[in-house]
Amino acid sequence: MNQPYSHGHFSGSPLIEIRGVRKSFGEHQVLNGFDLNLHEKENLVIVGKSGSGKSVLLKCIVRLEKIDGGSLWVLGKSIADLSQVELDLLRSDVGFLFQGSALYDSMTVRENLQFPLRRHVERSRGENEESLIRATLESVGLAHTVDMLPEELSGGMKRRIALARTLILRPKIILYDEPTSGLDPITAKEIIELILKVQQQYNTASLIITHDMDCARVISNRMIILIDGINYCEGTYQDLMAVDDERVRAFFK
Amino acid sequence: MVKPLRDLANFFEEAGKIARFAGRFLQAVWKPPYELRELFHQCYVIGYQSLFLIALTGFIMGLVLDLQTRPTMIEFGAESYLPAMIGISVVREIGPVITALMCAGKIGSSIGAELGSMRVTEQIDAMEVSGTNPFKYLVVTRILATMLMLPVLAMLSNAVGLFGSFLVENLKGGVTPVLYYNKVMNNLAFGDLIPSFTKCFFFGFAIGLVGCYKGYYAKKGTVGVGAAANVAVVLASMLVFVLDLIAVLIADIFYEL
Ligand SMILES: Nc1ncnc2c1ncn2[C@@H]1O[C@H](COP(=O)(O)OP(=O)(O)OP(=O)(O)O)[C@@H](O)[C@H]1O
Ligand SMILES: [Mg+2]
Repeated sequence: MNQPYSHGHFSGSPLIEIRGVRKSFGEHQVLNGFDLNLHEKENLVIVGKSGSGKSVLLKCIVRLEKIDGGSLWVLGKSIADLSQVELDLLRSDVGFLFQGSALYDSMTVRENLQFPLRRHVERSRGENEESLIRATLESVGLAHTVDMLPEELSGGMKRRIALARTLILRPKIILYDEPTSGLDPITAKEIIELILKVQQQYNTASLIITHDMDCARVISNRMIILIDGINYCEGTYQDLMAVDDERVRAFFK
Repeated sequence: MVKPLRDLANFFEEAGKIARFAGRFLQAVWKPPYELRELFHQCYVIGYQSLFLIALTGFIMGLVLDLQTRPTMIEFGAESYLPAMIGISVVREIGPVITALMCAGKIGSSIGAELGSMRVTEQIDAMEVSGTNPFKYLVVTRILATMLMLPVLAMLSNAVGLFGSFLVENLKGGVTPVLYYNKVMNNLAFGDLIPSFTKCFFFGFAIGLVGCYKGYYAKKGTVGVGAAANVAVVLASMLVFVLDLIAVLIADIFYEL
């Protein structure tokens, strides 16, 4: 069922290239030879059932989890072979939006945004830190929350602040782990629009994990269905909708 | 396997993991970057938060200890030895241990719960991907802060405890402040302070270490956070007694010499 990659409108070498990646926890094989390419300016959506290993895949990409086998290249570098210093540098090019936002709850919104800058001062590009924070908060529409604590924010606002914290280093790639989970449909739609907007504004490529097929339809240039720890099938939303396979069709019900 | 055997095996496995965690701390603590700002912040949080609690418990301990021993000492006609006796027992033993136990409850649980909730809400992962080493930023600073603050808090507890005992002596026995001070100080050698201070340092290390270890590796879910805080307190309190025993045995060898 593995369709060859056939969308010629993406040029150049992929930003992320994953070949035959395997990952298990004890006896439990989660990823079992997974493949993926992410190209420049692309929105690639991965769907899969709960517990199928989507979050684990994203964590492998930034080496929060070590892979057991296969190869994983990000921005031309093999993730497994990097030293800690090289890894930190690379990670500043790869934004990660966590499933539950993961804002530091003892810090204000300003301090949350300052945190990534403390190790990557060069990223502020000589800009005044305060104005960089303001500008980034404005791009997610929450400039007024700068002195608030995460506990004072709603779920949707937290998601936006988390996105701002990711954007502040101007990453080339952003990994979204279920950006709309736990939000009502209207807020979810706002987050989706925001993702598309910042993507235009900052020219990033995105790898988006979701359960939400509406989100997938609106956002994706291309989709991958993750089943049994492999890239079960890939293509555009329309391509996949037409696939005659019980397990693929289940996602479109 | 039978259950007691399995429990024993788990115990040793856990002990090994904590030892490895301590080893990681000892390696990381020397290497830059040093998170000095966070260290000072933690010292402030840990010291300041516990100030009132430690002072209150120390005061009551001194007062009660004096009240309890007084009748017996009078019976033996040894009333005038009371300040010296209380001074030695508070400074050598009761002050440090009470302080450490209170801190195990207060600081150990709060570190366990804080790091535990940061773990399960992926804040620790978020730190890691943003280029800050979470072990250095969260663990090293907290362990160092408890190590530094515990001796300070114990000194406070000693002072306040002696003041409590002085109040009793003054009200019941008419002992003047100067007389009380002299009686305590004549019998307290510098050699009493050093072991007391040193063991507080280790108590602080144990409390910080266990709290951080339990929180840092908390299991997913809210149950995990609760368990982290709970086990941290129990384990830290137990370690305080074990370390105290070791410290007293070592100090005893020196007194013999
Ligand atoms: N640190 C870990 N230790 C052991 N097992 C793990 C660990 N992390 C993930 N797993 C297991 O790997 C599997 C995949 O987990 P993962 O979090 O990637 O699922 P997911 O696809 O993101 O699901 P969801 O949509 O619910 O977030 C699960 O069965 C989980 O139990
Ligand atoms: Mg997930």
